[in-house]
Amino acid sequence: MNVLVCIKRVPMVGGKIAVTADAQSVETRLLGFTVSPHEECAVEEAVRIVELRGGAVSVLTLGPPDAADQLRDAVAVGAGNPILLETDGREWGPIATAGAIVDAVRRHESSGEPYDLILFGNEAADTGDYQVGVRVAHELGRPCVTGIKHLEISDVAVRARREFRGGDELFELNLPAVVTVKEGINLPRYPSLPGRMRAKKAVVEQSTPERHDDPVHLQALRVPVVERQRAEILGTGLEAVPALVALLEQLGVLS
Amino acid sequence: MTVLCLVEHDDSGPVDASLRALSFARLLGETSGDSLASVLVGDISAATLESLASFGVSDAYAVESDELHAYAPAGWARALVELVSTSSATAVVAAGTDRGNEVMAHVGAFTGLPMVANCYRASREGETTVRLSRQRWAGSLIEDAVIEASPALLTVAFDGVVAEPSPLPTSPTVRAHHPSLSDRDLSVRVSEWMDRSAGISLADARVVVGGGRGVGSPEGFAPIEELAGLLGAAVGVSRVVTSLGWRSHNQQVGQTGTRISPDLYLACGISGAIQHLAGCQSAKHVVAINTDPDAPIISRADYAVIGDLNVIVPALVTAIRERGLGRAST
Repeated sequence: MNVLVCIKRVPMVGGKIAVTADAQSVETRLLGFTVSPHEECAVEEAVRIVELRGGAVSVLTLGPPDAADQLRDAVAVGAGNPILLETDGREWGPIATAGAIVDAVRRHESSGEPYDLILFGNEAADTGDYQVGVRVAHELGRPCVTGIKHLEISDVAVRARREFRGGDELFELNLPAVVTVKEGINLPRYPSLPGRMRAKKAVVEQSTPERHDDPVHLQALRVPVVERQRAEILGTGLEAVPALVALLEQLGVLS
Repeated sequence: MTVLCLVEHDDSGPVDASLRALSFARLLGETSGDSLASVLVGDISAATLESLASFGVSDAYAVESDELHAYAPAGWARALVELVSTSSATAVVAAGTDRGNEVMAHVGAFTGLPMVANCYRASREGETTVRLSRQRWAGSLIEDAVIEASPALLTVAFDGVVAEPSPLPTSPTVRAHHPSLSDRDLSVRVSEWMDRSAGISLADARVVVGGGRGVGSPEGFAPIEELAGLLGAAVGVSRVVTSLGWRSHNQQVGQTGTRISPDLYLACGISGAIQHLAGCQSAKHVVAINTDPDAPIISRADYAVIGDLNVIVPALVTAIRERGLGRAST
């Protein structure tokens, strides 16, 4: 079973986002970077599939040279074959990103390594476009389902479950297929010491993709104005408890 | 010319997110003089038709196909693509739900057109130009952008738009549409549905008691559970709590968890990272208990208690019991 996981490098924004002076990107000078959460789970899922059924996990990202760090994070928890589609750091929209991934998949598959399953995160934490996986699937002529929180795999098919209105709906897809997953599908492991060593030594395959046209033009990024004011402080420590009880009564939740 | 809006519905009519999408689509149409057309898969009930009329729909397309009784993302998308030409659509809009985003991504892939997710404002500026504002980082950042493509494919941010009926109600013309679906359009379909609903659902709870890193351990959740029981509340947690394996992911509130919209959210020991705030910004009232008066949650809360939740929550439980208040005080 050959599984390809596509991940995205995103800043760790914590409690507040700031925008650069030209309003074209998030100010990241003081921030660390991580793998977008849904994709962290996609990596874990791919590693579990291969542990169970044998095969290999490849991991791919499109981004600046530093995005190799996130590929190494994936290698540290069990992925192999890190592939970097290197950009100059400008943002690539979903059409351009999907186009570059399709080109890379075709290149790898023509050299004899077809991917049985390609995994994505449901949406990236930063841009939230919800579509790169679907576009890649169409271009490659493979079935696709999104938002998956449970996956079972056989030699020829996947059974995939996702939440819908308080229940689960089940999809069955023939392989090769494309699946986008959500956080909660698993609890990603921490890297082991040997994993970290492997990540350090891993050779990242680097190439510069061709940029496909994208007719969506970013004008500006801005932080929304939050209307809510600072909270009314009911008190400090135990002395605040009577005020808290009174508030709960006033809000009508102590019936 | 029309703006087409995909409408998801259940037994009681269009779902709330779709009513918001209809409002958004109508306002977009008003900037270009386009009428509003709705698309839904299945029969249009009387209650649904009434809603569509009050939201200003002129043409109500009912996609009729035996093969679409089970949801099929590419099948729905195929029907929308066909209706783009039937109705001369200048834009196609759907709610930013799992299904809405999925179907619109397929429409984008079928047509090669850009799809922009989580918009909350859009206006037409030229024959093939739409100016829009959309949410990034689940609403913590706004992107202003221009699309130069027609039709514009947009999904609507759930908490960015109000469901507002049209000032000019309509009497929609119902039009049946029979899509031509290929095997490939139907290769991915819901094959089974499993009901899992038990107890209070986090997404629908009127009161949620939240616990974060400040709870300190899996065992530390006992007082939180007890308080939730007294308030008839669901328990919610922050991402760090599920990442540490203290609680299951289905209790996670946030960008990559569940979005809640209770009357009261009592956030205990939760600092308020963007990831978490994205999931609770629709709460009517937020009360925070936190040791750090400068934590981001405090600036988003209506009321706050500065202190350790592991002291305050047990005391609160005792106080509620002593006064004979709360539910199931046994």
